Amino acid sequence: MKKKVLAVLLAAAMVLGLTACGGAAASSDGAAAPADGGAGGKLIKVGIINNDPNESGYRTANDKDLKAAFTEANGFQASFAYSLKNDEQITAAQKFIQDGVDYLLLSAADTAGWDSVLKDAQAAGVRVILFDRTIDADPSLYSASIVSDMEKEGETAVNWLKGQNLSEYNIIHIQGVMGSAAQKGRSGAVDAAVASDGWNIVTQQTAEWNAEKAQQIVQSVIDAGTPFNVIYAENDDMAKGAVAALDKANISHGVGKDVIVMGFDCNKWALEELLNQNWNYDGQCNPFQSQYILDVIKTLESGQEPAQKTIIMDEKGFDATTITADDVNNYGI
Amino acid sequence: MSKIFRNQLFIPIAALLLLAVFNLIADPSFFKITLGYNSAGDPVLSGYLMTILDYGSELAILAIGMTLVTAASGGQDISVGAAIAISGSVVLRVLCGRDHHAETMQAPIIVAFLISCVVAMIFGAFNGALVAFFKIQPMVATLILFTAGRSIAAWINNNELPIVNEISFSYFGGFIPGIPVPTPFFIALACVIVIFLALKFTNLGLYTQSVGINESSSRLNGLNPEFIKFLAFIILGLCVAVAALIKVSRLSTINYSVIAKDIEMDAILAVALGGNALSGGKFNMGASILGAYVIQFLTTTLYKFNVPADALPAYKAVVVILLVVFSAPTVREFFSGLWKKMTKKGVEANAKA
Repeated sequence: MKKKVLAVLLAAAMVLGLTACGGAAASSDGAAAPADGGAGGKLIKVGIINNDPNESGYRTANDKDLKAAFTEANGFQASFAYSLKNDEQITAAQKFIQDGVDYLLLSAADTAGWDSVLKDAQAAGVRVILFDRTIDADPSLYSASIVSDMEKEGETAVNWLKGQNLSEYNIIHIQGVMGSAAQKGRSGAVDAAVASDGWNIVTQQTAEWNAEKAQQIVQSVIDAGTPFNVIYAENDDMAKGAVAALDKANISHGVGKDVIVMGFDCNKWALEELLNQNWNYDGQCNPFQSQYILDVIKTLESGQEPAQKTIIMDEKGFDATTITADDVNNYGI
Repeated sequence: MSKIFRNQLFIPIAALLLLAVFNLIADPSFFKITLGYNSAGDPVLSGYLMTILDYGSELAILAIGMTLVTAASGGQDISVGAAIAISGSVVLRVLCGRDHHAETMQAPIIVAFLISCVVAMIFGAFNGALVAFFKIQPMVATLILFTAGRSIAAWINNNELPIVNEISFSYFGGFIPGIPVPTPFFIALACVIVIFLALKFTNLGLYTQSVGINESSSRLNGLNPEFIKFLAFIILGLCVAVAALIKVSRLSTINYSVIAKDIEMDAILAVALGGNALSGGKFNMGASILGAYVIQFLTTTLYKFNVPADALPAYKAVVVILLVVFSAPTVREFFSGLWKKMTKKGVEANAKA
């Protein structure tokens, strides 16, 4: 009897948990896709395909930004689909095309495999706008592509580092997941500077965007007793992990201290570290793409084509000596 | 001598010695421990060995629960990494309250920890119920949480990444002021003492093993196999909560998609390295815990030699292959037979002389 009660309780807890999750998802969808009934024909229908907002703080900010922009009040009827898998995204795209959306906004999980579905879109008269990520498809299949230039992000950061005029550069280079666009762009600039300026790389390892792994990598360098004066981490989380290892070993870091700490992505907490001068530099990877997308849609609605097909967003690099509290609020994600 | 080969502690100790000797030859400074001060001005011991004690602790704690689950159910829980994300998320949710950048903690740490223990045990119970009462393969049953866990963890905090700014929270994954040995080691030690007392003074060990060896005969002997399996998963849930506290304390924040990533594989490897049969039955708790530290020893060694982090699993795979080969009964028999022959010949030679 006891067993049965327990089993029932557990099953109940399980179901409760499931409905709770489902409920949350449903309510967010409901908010995003208002009912057809009262809206009338004036709303522009957009289908937005994005990566899972849980993926990172960057993606969460990106999703929030899009949700805030494509509202009924702004004249849009938006539906959202999330997946980290390409095939699921393609299925969602097909569904949106069948639903007769006017615009398909796409942040593709993978660069390949989009040709046929985009051709379907073209045949159905759906305009496609890529954001955040590019795909391997004929440019005639989409109207615009709004992207970050990761190479430029890396170059901005490395140029800033060059501008510090250190007498020597001993760099711990902590990389993201190998092969990702962000890793390639941000590593490329460092590798180029190592070749041209004779910088010394103490260690160059991937921590796979993981703070703990970064902490262990830096810990290992400290344990070995190798001197270093720059930490170039390809995202904020890894920079945080590295700093935790520095704190443990009483190595000072930040403005005017022994070690320069550099991160990317401009998380709010990271910019606060800059404001407190514990870190030195943070490079932006702009998640606020909605304004660019709205501009493109406005142009297309007026019957024109955007001036350039590939639109590269402005991205900043913040220096701890010049950052302001306003910057933290405006650019922190 | 063949007794030594057959002892369960032989594999982890041999692996440990092998790694130690390798490091001694490659670079003796590996074993150097220095007393320094951290940025808060408190004394801390540092060096590779300390790093191993520090980072191996979560794994040792998980190995305790994983050993019991393995022994009782004859399968492994692959959801511990996701469960750590959930339980760490709960800790931060309670500590930070509504404001995910709260300057002060909204609740005492002990309350947050206890709540996370309850949550982790509920998820453990969920896994346990599927395995014990619904007779689902452990690896399949825990696949559910493995897939869903990190999303649940993110949902608990509304996708925000809370940060605890109070310094006292970082003691659990760092150092308590004035004590130069990393706190995770003490936490692991406490867990080890508790489990050894439990194994010594209760029938937990005996019952778990008998259920693992033969479920129906233990039922005939008056045991309740379902309950024992269920209990093993709940104990693992508790271990998960403790490990999660250490993990989130290390950085005072969480990243749902990467926290404790792939730790389940390390925990299972620790059990295997301890010479325990992954098909259940007899187990040696000490060997598993030692196995956990051996794995961290290996990881730290690889980091020291600048092996890229994404190549680490390949090296661990080599260890798994070796383990599987050496734990195969035929291979073991071959070696003990070889040893007997050698000693016999030695004896005969001596007798002739």
